[in-house]
Amino acid sequence: MTTFTLLVNGNNHSVETDPATPLIFILRNQLNYTGPKLGCGLETCGACAVLVDGEAELSCTRAASEFEGKQITTIEGLSLNGNLSAVQQAFMDEGAAQCGYCTPGIIIAVTGLISKTSKPSNSEINEALEKHLCRCGSHANVIKAVKRLTAGGGKID
Amino acid sequence: MTSASLEKSPNVDDWLTISSDDVITIRTGKVDIGQRISTSLAIVAAEELDVDYDRIHVERTRTGEAPDEGVTAGSNSMEQSATAIRAASATARHHMLLLAAKALEVDVNTLEVSDGLITSRDINRSITYSDLMEGKDFGIAVDTNAKLKVPSEQNVVGTKVVPKGLNEIVTGKFQYVHDMTMDGMMHARVVRPPHYHARLKNLDKNQLKKLQLEGVKTIIDGSFIAVAHEDEYRAIKARDRMAAAVTWDLADGLLVNDLYEALLSNPRVSHRLVDGVPDDEPIPKLGNPPDEATKTISARYEKPYIMHASVAPSAAFALAEATKIKIWCHSQGVYILRDSAAEALGMNSEDLVITHVPGPGCYGHNGADDVAFDAALVARALPEIPVLLKWTREDEHAWEPYGSAMVMELRGSLNKQGDVIEWSHDTYSDTHSMRPFPGPNGLGPGRLIGSRYMDPSIPPTPSQPTGGSHNGKFRNQDPLYTFPNRRIVKHLVKDLPLRCSSLRALGGYANIFALESFMDELSLEASMDAVDYRLMHLSDVRAKNVIEAAAEAFGWPGKNSEGVGCGLAFGQYKNIKTYAAVAIEVEVTDNAEIKLRRAVIAADAGHVIDPAGLIVQLEGGVIQAASWTLYEQVLYDRGGITSRDWDSYPILRFGNVPSINTILMERPGEPFLGAGEATTGPTAAAIANAVYRATGLRLRRLPLTPEAVKLAALN
Repeated sequence: MTTFTLLVNGNNHSVETDPATPLIFILRNQLNYTGPKLGCGLETCGACAVLVDGEAELSCTRAASEFEGKQITTIEGLSLNGNLSAVQQAFMDEGAAQCGYCTPGIIIAVTGLISKTSKPSNSEINEALEKHLCRCGSHANVIKAVKRLTAGGGKID
Repeated sequence: MTSASLEKSPNVDDWLTISSDDVITIRTGKVDIGQRISTSLAIVAAEELDVDYDRIHVERTRTGEAPDEGVTAGSNSMEQSATAIRAASATARHHMLLLAAKALEVDVNTLEVSDGLITSRDINRSITYSDLMEGKDFGIAVDTNAKLKVPSEQNVVGTKVVPKGLNEIVTGKFQYVHDMTMDGMMHARVVRPPHYHARLKNLDKNQLKKLQLEGVKTIIDGSFIAVAHEDEYRAIKARDRMAAAVTWDLADGLLVNDLYEALLSNPRVSHRLVDGVPDDEPIPKLGNPPDEATKTISARYEKPYIMHASVAPSAAFALAEATKIKIWCHSQGVYILRDSAAEALGMNSEDLVITHVPGPGCYGHNGADDVAFDAALVARALPEIPVLLKWTREDEHAWEPYGSAMVMELRGSLNKQGDVIEWSHDTYSDTHSMRPFPGPNGLGPGRLIGSRYMDPSIPPTPSQPTGGSHNGKFRNQDPLYTFPNRRIVKHLVKDLPLRCSSLRALGGYANIFALESFMDELSLEASMDAVDYRLMHLSDVRAKNVIEAAAEAFGWPGKNSEGVGCGLAFGQYKNIKTYAAVAIEVEVTDNAEIKLRRAVIAADAGHVIDPAGLIVQLEGGVIQAASWTLYEQVLYDRGGITSRDWDSYPILRFGNVPSINTILMERPGEPFLGAGEATTGPTAAAIANAVYRATGLRLRRLPLTPEAVKLAALN
């Protein structure tokens, strides 16, 4: 067992765990942030994505201890004050979810993307979402939500 | 207006309760699996009750409390549950108006309702639904002749509402069964054998002891093996160590004969279909074409096993207390699961309480029932300990019941005007129905995978031919077209290697792929445009309308040159539900990859309750079916399933999603038509037809991978 501190959604949490435990289990089972989802445990579906220092990263395999000193934001952290983020609002407006299991990861990926590129091109959108699987087939509405956010036209590929 | 649901649950109190806090609770036996049924049911209730949509709370389906509406499947929920809730709501409104007239001492005809507030035009007094009911029972039956609003009176139906649960989904607060917690709970994982036929041979006792000393709970029930620990990650690690400590008797492994050959040559039970319904008359022989035929062509189409492949592996929560076991799970049919699981466990049905908790979209019968039974086995071994059992990605890929592999053999004869004058369609397939319906002689329990491994074990339930209209493998086998002289035959094929059950659209996906590909082949023989050819063979105006609407919006025939092609296909799901036409433009790249550029859907789902929800279901159907069509097949060898993760079983990703334009036909006042499965079959055929126009290659074996395109080009 080892003890370290994780900065999640603006709060420091002291964590005691087996050092190999992947981040997602700490977030979900110790800190009660169940927004990030376990989908594959193999970094192949994107359901577990969180922002790490503003970049979307997967949390299902890398040890929690590797994230010490970094700023972690889960889906819950995007609307901490009760107001939806612009990305969350765009997903609401476009109804961009069905069962919703993949949605937190996708919203995190889009948040990471538009924080870097306010008007992403189609290929930048596809690249940011390439790791994210959605089985219900809500893709078309997800893309509409991203376009709504970046209204005014993205870059031409 | 009545429905099977109302016959089982005839009282208003079965369906709704008015609470003292102005919240109206709706109960339904249909569960929300991401298809937004709770949104549609809330709209229908709000409309007939004259209350704000936000006041309607749709309760979770729990055995013993919710109406028993069988399984949430077959695109039936709107016709069954919404029809019942609509009548119950109208009955409740009328009843409360009578109560209000008495309480306010006014004529009932002077009363108006606005958001649950009843006011008389004659006097300045009002009373709310909650005041009247105060949580009391209605104590009356649903009036199946209750006056329902006509379309011109509707304010909520057809408008844009916030889907139930969407706010929680986008903020990460939506609670799936995977997120459930209870004090003192443990996380469990199952140690699966390498394949269906393997059984426990030996277990390393030292390893077992070591795990137990470390606080791991071990469950060994025959060949059903599981572990549990308070810490989820330690449960996962313990599962790996337990797996290494087990030796399996592998028996003969899986059968690995050529699948399509086996489908055509294995023992089978065959039935003729008349008007989409099987009968027991002799199977008509496929004779020589009619004398007046100028052309006769035949084609064979093939579809592999495909999987539901939910993004979340199945999970269930269970707790055994005294003589009872409580289960929380994402089953589509909590009542049938309860009865069959109770029988397998040797319990009374009443002692098993099953509550539906949301899970991932399932698209049919995935691992949801199986994991619930697994969780019951673990809970039974760990009394008083709440257990959350999650299947792993590998468990879900390798153990869910797949959509059956199928072969479709078609023959069509044309006269000199190009009319189809004779039509033959044989479908060969294993079952599409292995949900845990109770039955005699352990048939119900034998449909749950865990029962094969527990002690005493229960043998798997053999596949049986199903009757009814457009069921299982013969769904949409009998075409809607006006063909004379049809020979439609279904064959239940035995001794096939993989476990199968219901996957979205069942046989309808592959049957429509075959018949709508074949319609294009025939239109070429007749030298006619594919759209005109379909219209020429239809008498149903609503069918014609969706085809015409899709063709027009798409700009049919579209661009067809230099590796780009367009295809269109049509189907009316089960020949009685939503009509859907799908047109797609594809590009076939130099690497033989099929890129989806744009799609148009035109659909007639009758009177539309929730247009946004309907559109997302139709478009989701196109995207999921495009994935099946382009990428998917379950692979296996003697040692077991080899499609065990997203690399070995790829599905469609964002990079190949077409732009989609969806047109809904307006049919106010027409009955609701189930829509969740309607676009799947037309999508497959539209893609294959588009690939033909782009390349001249007719692909008849799914999936349409680059290898398949290259192989067809070589031949």
